[in-house]
Amino acid sequence: MQTEIIIAGFGGQGVLFAGQLLSYAAMDAGKEVTWIPSYGPEMRGGTANCTVVISDEEIGSPLVRHPQAVIAMNLPSLDKYEPLVKSGGVLIVNASMVNRQPTRTDIHWVMVPGNEIAEELGDRRMTNMVMLGALLANLPILPLEALIQTLEAHLPARHHRLLPLNVEALKRGAEYLAVKA
Amino acid sequence: MARELLKGNEAIAEAAIRAGLQAYFGYPITPQTELLEWMSKRMPELGRAFVQAESELAAINMVYGAACTGARVMTSSSSPGISLMMEGISYIIGTEVPAVLVDVMRGGPGLGNIAPAQSDYNQIVHGGGHGDYHLIVLAPASVQEAVDLTVLAFDLAEKYRTVAVVLLDGSLGQMMEPAELPPMRPVKTTFPEWAATGMMGKREKRNILTSIYLNPPDEEQTNLRLLRRWQEVEASEIRFKEYFMDDARYVVVGFGSAGRVALSAVRAARAEGIPVGLLRPVTLSPFPYEHIRKLAQRVEGFLVVEMNAGQMLEDVRLAVAGQKPVEFYGRLGGVMPFPDEILSEIQRIASGGLTLEGHPRERWLQRMNGKN
Amino acid sequence: MVMEQILPEEIVYQRPESLVEVSTHYCPGCTHGVAHRLIAEVIDEMGIRDRMIGVASVGCSVFAYNYFDFDWVQAPHGRAPAMATGIKRVLPDRFVVTYQGDGDMASIGMAEVVHAAARGENITVFFINNANYGMTGGQMAPTTLPGQRTTSSPGGRDVETAGYPIRAAELLATLEGASYVVRRSLHDPKNIRLAKKAIRTALEVQAQGMGFSMVELLSICPTNWGMTPVDSLHWLEEHMVPYYPLGDYKVAPMVAQIRI
Repeated sequence: MQTEIIIAGFGGQGVLFAGQLLSYAAMDAGKEVTWIPSYGPEMRGGTANCTVVISDEEIGSPLVRHPQAVIAMNLPSLDKYEPLVKSGGVLIVNASMVNRQPTRTDIHWVMVPGNEIAEELGDRRMTNMVMLGALLANLPILPLEALIQTLEAHLPARHHRLLPLNVEALKRGAEYLAVKA
Repeated sequence: MARELLKGNEAIAEAAIRAGLQAYFGYPITPQTELLEWMSKRMPELGRAFVQAESELAAINMVYGAACTGARVMTSSSSPGISLMMEGISYIIGTEVPAVLVDVMRGGPGLGNIAPAQSDYNQIVHGGGHGDYHLIVLAPASVQEAVDLTVLAFDLAEKYRTVAVVLLDGSLGQMMEPAELPPMRPVKTTFPEWAATGMMGKREKRNILTSIYLNPPDEEQTNLRLLRRWQEVEASEIRFKEYFMDDARYVVVGFGSAGRVALSAVRAARAEGIPVGLLRPVTLSPFPYEHIRKLAQRVEGFLVVEMNAGQMLEDVRLAVAGQKPVEFYGRLGGVMPFPDEILSEIQRIASGGLTLEGHPRERWLQRMNGKN
Repeated sequence: MVMEQILPEEIVYQRPESLVEVSTHYCPGCTHGVAHRLIAEVIDEMGIRDRMIGVASVGCSVFAYNYFDFDWVQAPHGRAPAMATGIKRVLPDRFVVTYQGDGDMASIGMAEVVHAAARGENITVFFINNANYGMTGGQMAPTTLPGQRTTSSPGGRDVETAGYPIRAAELLATLEGASYVVRRSLHDPKNIRLAKKAIRTALEVQAQGMGFSMVELLSICPTNWGMTPVDSLHWLEEHMVPYYPLGDYKVAPMVAQIRI
């Protein structure tokens, strides 16, 4: 069993961290995992993305052309990755940052108002957690609980006061379930 | 020890530290810089030497100096920086002192780009610096392998008094994967007999470490000594990894990241019932010539996959020596292949696309026409 | 009786322990021999031969390691300060010195020496300035004087096309990390004595961990200059000293406290 996820957005939206958190959780669950960022000039405020591959066996390619799941944090990411999601796969869209819905009919997608939810929670930096919560609710790779435990284990101590907020953000995101269009 | 999620560059740095690294000298260059940054924090906190040099030229010569004391020493860089280091590498080899070099390859030639590539293969495996010499070249395909081979590089460099290179591409340097780090080895407290450490009341005779032998017969003897030592390396240190080879009729050959991308393609081809296996050389130098020569006796053909224009391809062809067809597929200039591209090549070969005629690079170039 | 006259306490001149008993490959009259001897005498006097590691350069002094009786390594052209850095960082309690000519240090190795000085690397550089590339047969060096004829400036150094000579001591003295930077000359006994004192001070600077020290020694190259040794010494005094004034270019306050 192998699952590939691409998380894409603007630099500063916490795209790389969301992928890392997912990777830690996969490792803690005893799985093989690779996390690979787009790296270079674009990481200074332009578009950013990372690919996470989770598997039960030794992972071959860390990059995939057609991922099982995509989190699109903004419109350029939606435009770029919607066509690439594997048929039957999952697309989580940050509704706050796009002006359209997906058009694919052979995938499951859901519009999540990530920024609004994060702002409701009082911290816009939680958008990535909201989106990650939505991903796990729609892609049965890891239980949300596993991710929360990982957050507790790997979040630097100085950020621990933010733990409850992160957990809340994940749970709020998990309320959004995709339907096949 | 537990597995940790580690970035390739940082894992190599920490592995080197745990292997007893005493001094690191380097210069920032993408996509290797995290390695230098890790060293800048960890080495001073352990009371070990770290210098950010003014150039790669200076860095490799600082390595050269420290290597002359017999200390465990390394540097790291990426392709353009490695070109600058070629001078020092040749001198280090000529002086027969041990050192470790990490090359996190990027697209070239020239300034190129910072994306992953494997186009330093010829430079590292077949020379680069002047003179007759061989480097030990280790090519990891995962973060765990990068950790293990970094530790091995120090042991081999010291055992054979030569330069051992850990050769990887930028994607592995930037990638995170779970890996287990080795336990911390104690730093050496003694220095070898041959080292330039000051006589310190222990020696009557001074030690002179040099790569100059103005009398040609002396230089010839030095070269012969290097070659005989290299024969020992060839006899004992060849390493490779194989997948699905038991009943394979076709063999994909790839190293490092290209090798692991090929693994995905080979698995997909197996799922379609194609009897294909994967050979992933771990030591690029010494190269598993003999193993490939024997494989050629029992399989129908080879597909070499690289992130360059077919550099290891020539070594595979040398080993196969015309016994069986060899095909090639490469992506260049910082482009990584996707598994489906390699799968198409495997399918093409399995459905009769093999020939002993011509050169595989020519055919590949034709197939590349029109590809973006 | 002759025997009575040769008593050990009457020996006033002998080979320093730090020099090997061999003849050198240097040309007759060359001041490398003087520089070698001064350095060796100071090392003997300080009793540090056992802790010395020399870094030879590329040029006429490439074989310096054959003449000094302590550990040596041989650097690529210009890289001696980088190699010395590598050695010193691993073995900080040793004395690490480089011995470099003007082509080596002031041309191809300018970056290495500038940055070693900028880092305040606790090493000592002995810089032999004889205004040309000696080993390769007298080509123009970065230190060749305006108008000076060499095999690669046959009409004399034309500053319009070949630029101006570099005053390395003045240049290095601008760096905060440099603690002791001086220029001396080897053209007469008085200056040779002053040169020895500077060499001593430089090694004391290193002994006390005060950072980078460099002693530039104006030297002659009779063979490539096409002059007798005596004429060369006069030429040095008349032409080189005016362009390369002798003196102390950087003496850090703590270095000024050193008494030898």
